[in-house]
Amino acid sequence: MPTLNLAGAGRLLVLVAVFLAGIWSQSSGVIDDFIFYLPDVHYLVVQHLWLTVMSGCLAIVVAIPLGILLSRPSMARVAESMMQVLNVGTTIPTLAVLALSMSFLGIGTVPAVFGLFVATLLPITRNTYTGLKGVNPALMEAAAGIGMSPTQRLLRVELPNALYVIFAGIRTALAINIGTVPLAFLIGAGGLGELIFTGIDLYDPVMMLSGAIPTALLAVVVDMLIAITAFLLVPRGVNPSRA
Amino acid sequence: MIRLDNLTKVFDTPKGAVTAADHISMEVPSGEICILLGPSGCGKTTTLKMINRIVRPTSGKVFINGEDTSSLDTQDLRRNIGYVIQQIGLFPNMTIEENITVVPKLLGWDKAKYRERAREMMRMIAMEPDAFLKRYPSELSGGQQQRIGVARALAADPPVMLMDEPFGAIDPINRAVIQDEFLKMQQELNKTIMFVSHDIDEAIKMGDRIAIFREGKLVQYSEPDDLLAAPKNDFVESFLGEDRALKRLNLVKVRDLASEEIGLVRPDDTLDAALERIEAYGYVNSIVMVNDKRQPVGIINAAVARTTQGHCRDHYQSVPVVVTLDDDLRKVASLMFANDMTWVPCVDDDGRIIGQITQRAITHHLGSRYRAHSKGEGGAKAAEASPSPAIKE
Ligand SMILES: Nc1ncnc2c1ncn2[C@@H]1O[C@H](COP(=O)(O)OP(=O)(O)OP(=O)(O)O)[C@@H](O)[C@H]1O
Ligand SMILES: [Mg+2]
Repeated sequence: MPTLNLAGAGRLLVLVAVFLAGIWSQSSGVIDDFIFYLPDVHYLVVQHLWLTVMSGCLAIVVAIPLGILLSRPSMARVAESMMQVLNVGTTIPTLAVLALSMSFLGIGTVPAVFGLFVATLLPITRNTYTGLKGVNPALMEAAAGIGMSPTQRLLRVELPNALYVIFAGIRTALAINIGTVPLAFLIGAGGLGELIFTGIDLYDPVMMLSGAIPTALLAVVVDMLIAITAFLLVPRGVNPSRA
Repeated sequence: MIRLDNLTKVFDTPKGAVTAADHISMEVPSGEICILLGPSGCGKTTTLKMINRIVRPTSGKVFINGEDTSSLDTQDLRRNIGYVIQQIGLFPNMTIEENITVVPKLLGWDKAKYRERAREMMRMIAMEPDAFLKRYPSELSGGQQQRIGVARALAADPPVMLMDEPFGAIDPINRAVIQDEFLKMQQELNKTIMFVSHDIDEAIKMGDRIAIFREGKLVQYSEPDDLLAAPKNDFVESFLGEDRALKRLNLVKVRDLASEEIGLVRPDDTLDAALERIEAYGYVNSIVMVNDKRQPVGIINAAVARTTQGHCRDHYQSVPVVVTLDDDLRKVASLMFANDMTWVPCVDDDGRIIGQITQRAITHHLGSRYRAHSKGEGGAKAAEASPSPAIKE
């Protein structure tokens, strides 16, 4: 009972705080300032999302087959060293990746998408590879012993059993991606970074927040979407969140 | 028929070469169960896996129905061999139904047929189809999973089965039930089965033949009774255990040793007559009293008969123990010990007495095989004269 009362009191405090913040923002004209930026936000969110979707889809389409390829027994020799390279790659800050990409491809959308693609690629490839390698060898033996072809083994046994780990990789990768997109502004690709960085430069907190808050919301929404997809797609028997 | 010809597997390990199977040659006739038996690490699993080419033989050949399997397509070969792996290996991403029907699906059965097949398999392994088919493997106990593993291997009705300790995780009571079900099924389906076990009792119960392995070598390959009667060397002897004579009792049914001769009394016989008959038949303690239909109704105690006058109908005690013709001698021996009897009456399906089985007949049976062996002409001749092992009925 006491904890319940505490929770209730907490909720009341939050309500009061929100109410006071509302009154303050109304009186100080902050809301009007935000509304001023709304058309910009709208345009930039689309641009921002487009960068994410382009680079994200490209990364998924490349990374999963790459992970699958590396996990094949015939690749065993090169796979481990490839994974070492990828692991080192993951430690490079994304800003550096974008800068490198710019030095090769110039400025604009193309180098931004490419840089984001590289940053997103690594975690997905790594998780696809480790997920597939981690499938219980007894399952693989049973699948082979039953007479499944290598492709059938991959599609019916390996991938479904590795799917949860692969999705975890996609989730991490897209979180990195969305977090990096604001930096794309720095190499001339637009996105919500425009408001954030300009806001910082002009010392205009409202402008900065109009960029930062949608960025944060986007990250949360995309993460939730992936979580829901994983929940629905990963078979119940191998889905810890549905156990 | 499965024939192994000098099958050898050498594993290259960092610590040097390990010979897991060393020139194994043996033949399993069609429709028989061959048990591969031996201590851990002796190469049973390796030998089994070379048959469906999960393990590539270093040298030697495998023939199935006379055909060299190395000339067959590996996938085709495997789809026609049911395989139960030691680690169970159910697919956790599939429901029980999907697990069981995976091979029929690969073989292109239509949906109605394979779904019905799944239900049929569930009934065979004594699990309720409606309760389990939609579950996932992680929602089953180890023993239940193991049974599903067997069902999965059997689902497409393959003529050849390879089973690696298929009942290892099942408790003794359920294991006996599953073993019996399996043998019953085998009677109808006549599959050729290689079955790995390290349980000697299971081997004796299930096997038409038993292959004893030691450190990659096939030490002895015989029918169970021959194996127990005539172990080839000290290793086999110690592996079979000190009580191997008792184990042989499992293999013989009452039917094989019962004699029709039995002394009985009827309710209107006098106790004097009963006593006479007890002595005439050499029963030390008692004699069975039957009704008009020859069904046993009680026993007359020798001590009572000696000290009392009167008719049997007034002085009988408790219903006697009886055995049926299909009971094995192990049960008989245990009843004899428990009830301090040297003989047990046998009854038919209607409970009518049709004969008896005596302790002497049992000892004689065990002894005759040992004598045949020690005379030096080996087990082969004696095997012909001996009753066939119980499971071949
Ligand atoms: N893939 C492998 N690589 C190297 N050595 C192996 C391999 N598989 C088996 N061995 C070795 O071969 C020998 C026989 O192994 P196997 O699995 O056939 O034994 P087993 O008779 O089935 O034993 P258990 O009753 O414990 O299952 C063992 O010494 C084992 O260590
Ligand atoms: Mg084994």
